[in-house]
Amino acid sequence: MIALALPAQDSGTFTPPGIDQLHLPAILPWGASEGFSKQMLLVILSVVIIATFFVLAARKRQLVPGKLQFAGEMAYGFVRNSIAKDIIGGRDFMKYVPLLFSLFFFILVNNIYGAIPLIQLPSFSHVGGAYVLAVLVYVTWIGIGIKKNGLRYFKLATVPSGVPVYILPIVIPIEIISNFLVRPVTHSLRLFATMLAGHLIVMIAGSGIEFLVMQENFLLKGASVLVLAGAIAMYMLEALIMVLQAYVFTLLTAIYIEGALHADSH
Amino acid sequence: MNQQIISAAAQGAAESANPLVPNLWEMGVVLAGFAVLYFIVVKFVVPMFEKTFAERAEAIEGGIAKAEKAQAEASAALEEYKQQLHDARAEANRIREEARAEGAQILADLKSKAAAESARITEQAHAQIESERQAAVVSLRSEVGTLATTLAERIVGETLSDDERAARVVDRFLADLETQSAGAAK
Repeated sequence: MIALALPAQDSGTFTPPGIDQLHLPAILPWGASEGFSKQMLLVILSVVIIATFFVLAARKRQLVPGKLQFAGEMAYGFVRNSIAKDIIGGRDFMKYVPLLFSLFFFILVNNIYGAIPLIQLPSFSHVGGAYVLAVLVYVTWIGIGIKKNGLRYFKLATVPSGVPVYILPIVIPIEIISNFLVRPVTHSLRLFATMLAGHLIVMIAGSGIEFLVMQENFLLKGASVLVLAGAIAMYMLEALIMVLQAYVFTLLTAIYIEGALHADSH
Repeated sequence: MNQQIISAAAQGAAESANPLVPNLWEMGVVLAGFAVLYFIVVKFVVPMFEKTFAERAEAIEGGIAKAEKAQAEASAALEEYKQQLHDARAEANRIREEARAEGAQILADLKSKAAAESARITEQAHAQIESERQAAVVSLRSEVGTLATTLAERIVGETLSDDERAARVVDRFLADLETQSAGAAK
């Protein structure tokens, strides 16, 4: 877009990088249409990183924790207490701690990749992973709702109590759409879109800087500094959003589970 | 130039994959990766952390309970000592009171005993004096008789010739005897 505002000079037009540049060529040929991509490698690496860190941190089980154990306990305690316990509540939150914990750190590490130089590819900027996790959560909370309330759950989830009968024909379709159709879509796309957008911004800024530096015009060369400053600010913002999105995704999961568990009191 | 850009953009759009269409292999990898992670978390991470938390809570609560117990024991012991001290003081007081009472009792006993003794001694002395007086009167009487007899013998034996003188001696003797017996009778 920057290109439209700039007069093209010697090196011609500026073509901003698009979605295609997010999909790097496969690392290994796969035999199928697509090969083994960088994104897949990073996802597998994230599992190794998370599992190794937390197993090492939890293994010693000292009453007075060392540094590693303390860090692990802080991270675990954050998901356990600030998300699971606070949202789902006192008695039966422990059952869902593993799911929330896995989700949070799986998404967190895969997002943070985007902020690490050379890796710089948030796994969820490819929509597939976000779909998978959102569907997992979708199936989980509907399963919990049915297990807890039986088939009556669908009535509880779609017919709000205390609403006048003549409004119900409007409210019920809205509830069905918002709870059962839109929810998984927003849940996955929120994560995917923020990661994709963040990644695109960094890429566009990067190639924009490169393009400007190549220009003969001194002023245009200088303008690259402004783009660089903006890119750094966006990079910081992205790092924040990466953490925030992991938190939001997990928090929403906890809220959905809580809603399914206590459908009769909503 | 604008046309060039637009055509380039159009070309790019045509070539671009729809970002909302997922890659199935990537979905598979994410699903498998997440499944493995979830398994590890359920199997190892959460139980280990929970066990540590439980142990820590127990250790802290156990420590508190132990401290509370020690505190209770200490205060119980203190209470006991105070009670014992109090008892001992009361006991000492009681003993002192008793001793005092006993002493007074003993003193009174001794006093009454001494009084009785002195009365008895006085009584005995009186009796003795009386009996001695009686004995003295009796012995005096018999002695006076003897003396009288002796005197009479002497008078009769020596001076029967001097009637006048004999009469005077007898009179005087009798008068003496009378005064003597009156004094003794007193």
